[in-house]
Amino acid sequence: MKRSQLAETHTLAVLVENKAGVLARVAGLFARRGFNIESLAVAPTNETLSRITIVVDAESAPIDQIKKQLDKLINVVDIQELDGEHSALREMVLVRLDVEDESRVAEVEELVAGFSGSVIRVGGTQMMISLSSRPNDLDDFLGKLQPFGVQELQRTGAIAIPGIE
Amino acid sequence: MQMDGGQALLKALEYEGVEVVFGYPGGAILPVYDSVLDAGLRHVLVRHEQGAGHMASGYAHATGKPGVVMVTSGPAATNIVTPLADAYLDSVPMVAITGQVPYGLIGTDAFQETDTTGITMSITKHNYLVSDPNDIPQIVHEAFHIATHGRPGPVLIDLPKNITDAMNPDSAMTWKDPIPVDLPGFKPVLDGKPEDITAAVELMLQANRPVIYAGGGILKSRAAAELRALAEKLNIPVVTTLMARGALPDSHELNLGMPGMHGNYTAVMAMQESDLLIALGSRFDDRVTGRLDGFAPDAKVVHVDIDPAELNKIRAADVAIRGDAKNVITAMLDEIGSATSVDHTEWRSKLSGWQEVYPLAYEPAEPGGKLKPQMVLERLRDGSPEDTIVASGVGQHQMWASQYWKFDHAYTWLNSGGLGTMGYSIPAAIGAKAGMPDRTVWAVDGDGCFQMTCQELITAAVEKIPIKVALLNNSYLGMVRQWQEMFYDNRYSEVDLSGPVPDYIKLSEAMGCVAIRVEDPDEVEAAIEKANSINDRPVVVEFVTESEENVYPMVPGGKSNSEVVVPPFQEKMAARLEDER
Ligand SMILES: Cc1ncc(C[n+]2csc(CCOP(=O)(O)OP(=O)(O)O)c2C)c(N)n1
Ligand SMILES: [Mg+2]
Repeated sequence: MKRSQLAETHTLAVLVENKAGVLARVAGLFARRGFNIESLAVAPTNETLSRITIVVDAESAPIDQIKKQLDKLINVVDIQELDGEHSALREMVLVRLDVEDESRVAEVEELVAGFSGSVIRVGGTQMMISLSSRPNDLDDFLGKLQPFGVQELQRTGAIAIPGIE
Repeated sequence: MQMDGGQALLKALEYEGVEVVFGYPGGAILPVYDSVLDAGLRHVLVRHEQGAGHMASGYAHATGKPGVVMVTSGPAATNIVTPLADAYLDSVPMVAITGQVPYGLIGTDAFQETDTTGITMSITKHNYLVSDPNDIPQIVHEAFHIATHGRPGPVLIDLPKNITDAMNPDSAMTWKDPIPVDLPGFKPVLDGKPEDITAAVELMLQANRPVIYAGGGILKSRAAAELRALAEKLNIPVVTTLMARGALPDSHELNLGMPGMHGNYTAVMAMQESDLLIALGSRFDDRVTGRLDGFAPDAKVVHVDIDPAELNKIRAADVAIRGDAKNVITAMLDEIGSATSVDHTEWRSKLSGWQEVYPLAYEPAEPGGKLKPQMVLERLRDGSPEDTIVASGVGQHQMWASQYWKFDHAYTWLNSGGLGTMGYSIPAAIGAKAGMPDRTVWAVDGDGCFQMTCQELITAAVEKIPIKVALLNNSYLGMVRQWQEMFYDNRYSEVDLSGPVPDYIKLSEAMGCVAIRVEDPDEVEAAIEKANSINDRPVVVEFVTESEENVYPMVPGGKSNSEVVVPPFQEKMAARLEDER
């Protein structure tokens, strides 16, 4: 489903301690309380902390309740709700295409360049492409790629950090 | 100091001031039990791990100190899932120690391996899987800190065998005293914001029909004295929820008693018609609110809770205050100073009018009829010391105990409120008595509940923890039967416990108890007196009661509290009174 078609979402930037099982605690909390996760991305930021970006479906529960329940997890250190304006929010996608006709490769290259994406590899009629941008741009981009025979794709889910005030 | 992880665990428990551990040994926790022999604390060997968990919980509630339960891995860990969930829902400070298979075998489906931290993640406040024995002192210290600070709750520590076993080099550790806990993600806020306190007090001074809705948080925060001061200062009536019975003496003229599904008419209706609910450490549980959209429709809400997630969760608050009840009420009292509230005479007389027409009441037994459970509880109450600790099971007997006992002291009422765990009473009573050996402790139990955990009476007998059990034997899973009578057209499905087995007297005697059966109303008092005079072993008094007695008042499930049903005889009486006026 395209992000733009979704009901309202909220983006939470969550700092957690790098402890075993912390992702299970966060995911388990969402499951148990019936909060819907739209996407979730996690990786360590340094030796002691990891940052999780969670995009939640605001219809499933009041965002205030979601934040407070998250905050009760002992390993959760900080939660910020991000707005689109000030924060930096990006998502990446990897796509493999089979354009079936070598003459169409150049067409795709042009499309990718237009979105400032990159072509990672071309092998015959098969192409590997990446794009990192705003989630809406990814929606657009993937829409335009559709006619070219998308074989596999993986989106990362949004990652975000609080922005400049 | 050099030692192994097993020794370190016991030393850590001693360091935290633990006096009693309720537990049961087994493979993965064996090395720890070797250290139990040398430790300066008492270990109570239970007969089922669930019992150990409820004992720890009863101990914690009665003494105010965290309860400790220790069991092995696998089936023992899963046996404490129920008491952990129970303690989690009722915010009881507890630390559970579980054995685990050696670290290297985790994930291999080893013998008696369960994913204990995974299973208990959603029913503990926090849990740990320890990998390094050097971490034990600090983790134990953190666990006790987390269990007892902020909103209390159970914390579990899973200990792989390799780090506790003296024969395994992995277990070698150097003891270091723990350092003060500083957890970046756990900073309970105790003081309310001054502007919120001011706003709350303003509402409280102006309300015409205020009610203090006191919950279990008052007891957790040890704020009974502050609650009383606040109620008296502003002359505000108080309802004490199932979790808060005893937070204000029942004999206090401002105490309206228990609200909710089986609350008394006045407590229920006071909340319904209130214009300001002052919720202190209570959480708008569905058993209190009834159908939410019909609950206290005209009331503004001041809500104080240490757990901010409770604020605005169920009912939006006009003033929401995150903080510890004791600190917040103290600040409210300061803010009130010498100010006085508006006159509540009209409100109070409305309340006393209800109390007159709809008191808690039951129809006495017909001559020659069976014992009325309510009468038994009244006699038991009147025949026992006034600071008796009462631990209840779950069912009709629980509601009658809460209704008919007069709780004039805090921490004298133990029950499973949030989870509604049948079988809670006997082990919880044992835990309470282990912590408060000089007090009389009665378990009020149903025949269904009794059959779930009565084996712990063996523990009580062997460990010389002489609790007393009032077994209200109605030969039914009475609460379920009542629902089937009222809402399923009298179709009784799988609720008959009429036996003829077990013989509760023989069963109790076999477990080392003195056992007395009472069927005749004239024998009730003597049996209670005898039970109260025995202090060297547990006593079970089986009261054979009226089988089809119902608990009233009752707000039927899914109905608004305004539709509270009073007992049929009272309905008629009230109508007659109305006519006379
Ligand atoms: C472990 C558990 N199983 C089932 C229930 C559902 N339940 C609630 S009350 C009750 C009947 C309790 O019977 P008894 O102990 O005889 O008490 P009574 O209601 O007769 O006083 C049952 C089965 C429960 N609360 N807990
Ligand atoms: Mg029964």
